[in-house]
Amino acid sequence: MLSLYHYLSLSTLLFCIGIFGVLTRRNAIGILMAIELLFNAVNINFVAFAKFINPQGLTGQVFTIFIITVAAAEAAVGLAIIILIYRQHKGVEVDKINIMKW
Amino acid sequence: MENGTQTAVFYILSGLIVGSAFMVVSLKNIFHSALFLVLCFFSVAGIYILLSAEFVAAVQVLIYVGAITVLLIFAIMLTAQLYSPSIKQSNEQVIPGIIIVGTLLIVTLSVLRRTSWRISTEGIEGQSTVSIGKSLLTTYVLPFEVVSLVLIAALIGAIIIARRE
Repeated sequence: MLSLYHYLSLSTLLFCIGIFGVLTRRNAIGILMAIELLFNAVNINFVAFAKFINPQGLTGQVFTIFIITVAAAEAAVGLAIIILIYRQHKGVEVDKINIMKW
Repeated sequence: MENGTQTAVFYILSGLIVGSAFMVVSLKNIFHSALFLVLCFFSVAGIYILLSAEFVAAVQVLIYVGAITVLLIFAIMLTAQLYSPSIKQSNEQVIPGIIIVGTLLIVTLSVLRRTSWRISTEGIEGQSTVSIGKSLLTTYVLPFEVVSLVLIAALIGAIIIARRE
């Protein structure tokens, strides 16, 4: 029988892999993809809580819809910034983009 | 669905999710990473269906697989030279990263093991899509409108940022 613990463990694993991606990628698009993995881990948590803790209100599922919307907005703005950086620097390696570092 | 089938499906989907997520963060070719991201999103949609959240699964496939991945692939194509495999894709923080992530994983899993959740015995009754629609237009109508404003502001902002002078 599947319990809440199974789903929470899965999302913890996914979250850790995403954190690893954020920490180790040099490519800004790679970092954005790892952030999408983090969003997915959180969404699995919310949907699992909606099923196991509060099945009447479905608060978790509504929250997930909002998170997905904000993730879409975040991806659009992030990729626009990345393309702008690419035009100015001819590359999107985050360890070379230090124009805001004094 | 029977419990045995459910468990088997859960483990298959979990394997797919963890494997493809690992590929996303570790592959040298960033374009292949994006393709594995699609597989990961699809498997997460399967997990949502297993949790009887059909509407969230449909939204996941529409927005993540349909929109965000296409956006990412467009960005990879527009920043042309960087998906050549010769460019180094990971920095020097791999070993500290593994240590940090391993610690986080162990701590979180042990905390999850010890927490006693207040599990509700009732299941989700009826179709979750109907109750999501109702609560989006009654209880959560203000966040619903605000998030649409956020979305339009972000899209206009993205166009203005990426526009050529």
